[in-house]
Amino acid sequence: MREVAIVSRKFAVENSHTLSVAQAHGAYKTLEKLHTLAPLEIIEIIKESGLRGKGGGGAPAGAKWALMPQESERPSFVVINCDESEPGTFKDRQIITKDPHLLIEGILITCYAVKAKHAYVYIRGEYAQYQDVLQGAVDEAYVAGILGEVDVTLHRGAGAYICGEKSALLESLEGKRGHPRLKPKQPEPEWYFGNPTLVNNVETIASVPFIMEHGAAAYRAYGTEKSPGTLLFAMSGHVEKPGVYEAEFGVSMMDYINHYGGGMKNGKKLKAVIPGGASTGVMTAAEADNVQLDYESLRSMGLSLGTGGMIVMDEDTCMVSVLKNLLEFYHEESCGQCTPCREGTGWVDKLVGKILDKRGSSEDIDKLLEVAETMNGKTICVFAPAVSAVIVSFLSRFRDEFEAAL
Amino acid sequence: MSFCFNDANVAKIEALKKRYPSAQALSLPCLWMVQYQEGYISLDAIDVIAEVTDTPAMEIYRVATFYTMFHLEPTTQKRVLVCKTLSCKLCGSDAVLEQLKKHDVLVEHVECLGSCGTAPVMQIDDVNYENLTPTKVDAIVEGLR
Ligand SMILES: Cc1cc2nc3c(=O)[nH]c(=O)nc-3n(C[C@H](O)[C@H](O)[C@H](O)COP(=O)(O)O)c2cc1C
Ligand code: SF4
Ligand code: FES
Repeated sequence: MREVAIVSRKFAVENSHTLSVAQAHGAYKTLEKLHTLAPLEIIEIIKESGLRGKGGGGAPAGAKWALMPQESERPSFVVINCDESEPGTFKDRQIITKDPHLLIEGILITCYAVKAKHAYVYIRGEYAQYQDVLQGAVDEAYVAGILGEVDVTLHRGAGAYICGEKSALLESLEGKRGHPRLKPKQPEPEWYFGNPTLVNNVETIASVPFIMEHGAAAYRAYGTEKSPGTLLFAMSGHVEKPGVYEAEFGVSMMDYINHYGGGMKNGKKLKAVIPGGASTGVMTAAEADNVQLDYESLRSMGLSLGTGGMIVMDEDTCMVSVLKNLLEFYHEESCGQCTPCREGTGWVDKLVGKILDKRGSSEDIDKLLEVAETMNGKTICVFAPAVSAVIVSFLSRFRDEFEAAL
Repeated sequence: MSFCFNDANVAKIEALKKRYPSAQALSLPCLWMVQYQEGYISLDAIDVIAEVTDTPAMEIYRVATFYTMFHLEPTTQKRVLVCKTLSCKLCGSDAVLEQLKKHDVLVEHVECLGSCGTAPVMQIDDVNYENLTPTKVDAIVEGLR
């Protein structure tokens, strides 16, 4: 497997979270070049690079930046999504603790391109100890005069998965409950107190300095035609060496798991993989054998690549209890605005609980799929449709286990 | 009992006001300050935050009750957050929960703490304890006193 370190280049360097060490290893080098280019030229480079959002959706970053007004009476804002609450995902945390200056450099480039003077980093409440490291880096950058013309403010969440959804995040950043907003009909920026705002994931913005320094083609030299570049893929569950390891898009899932993860824990056999965080569905071992890690390959199986945080399960895992565990999560985390989601997540959790306790009947399996159907396509955000797809993915692949439990 | 922000927090609030387009954005930062200052968030404190943020007290209350990390009741016990989500479950969170029952702490079951690669995990006073075993749990909890 071809080794590549675009975002993780300084991860192994000791004390790279401090300004002096980061600068000795090339941090902020792109800032000189930055001002020789016009904002629109930078957006063009990002478009050419094919950089896709790494918060789970994979939306092209350049096109999103281009939605921001270059002329505006109202101030523009940049918001960095460090809510990182999708189960199986723990990559942004590596960036803010191991190379926070890379993120700050990315923020400065982004703010210049979309003409924003203030960026907020929204960090999940449970990451206080990692937030402190990032705050230390921000403070150092202020003292050094790197920040000042552009401001960076860290904003702490307080325990709500849904605040990772970008419009819920903005509501929360406005001081309200984290309730997702209705989506506009046509593409437009996000709005923070009515001001045009760009929301991107931590890793997306941390990829920007490499593209600025080496150009769009250098980024495209990695990955596939449609999924260019790299991702901080991750593994947890039943592997020997769980963790975060950067790789280019398009590598084989099993090569990744064997190469970086050291294979299955205790030499057990693989049973199933959740490819990119809890909401991406589940695949069988046979499917895992044949899949490449890029957006299109996962999409073609009816699953998604998500954040690239794989959850690996061995032969002894009970798939009914795995689904039960995930549904408890969704029931707990539904924001409660939409009836199909608020009530539906409770029903499906109860139904699977009944099957797990061996009190279920085949009608319960049908009902489970029926409720899942009512949760799809009738809600404000894609939380409920994702839950629906998770249920379908389990039942279409492991139905025999659910039937055996009846 | 009435509530007052201490001097350090008053200064923090003044500095933060300059960093947001509207005072309402200070509701989460203020709720955090209250919780660290008092250990929990009282209704009196909510009234004070309402004034600082120029927002109805009911709205601050709605916010405080939405986010699971805010506590509206005091407790004398140490709070221990234990992740019960999938990767931790696969790697032994049940044993961690069992072990914690033997200690005088307030156990809260929480969702994924972002330590899935070092599961199972618990969080005490904002610090994650990773790769837990029952023996490690004992040592950590006993070390708290
Ligand atoms: C339920 C839900 C949870 C999400 N959680 C996160 C998250 O924790 N972090 C994140 O960056 N994006 C998350 N997203 C995606 C964001 O809505 C948004 O697309 C992303 O932050 C945009 O940045 P990107 O294009 O750079 O990925 C979530 C989306 C949904 C629907
Ligand atoms: S789908 Fe669920 S999480 Fe999304 S807005 Fe509706 S209730 Fe909230
Ligand atoms: S599942 Fe426990 S930390 Fe992620």
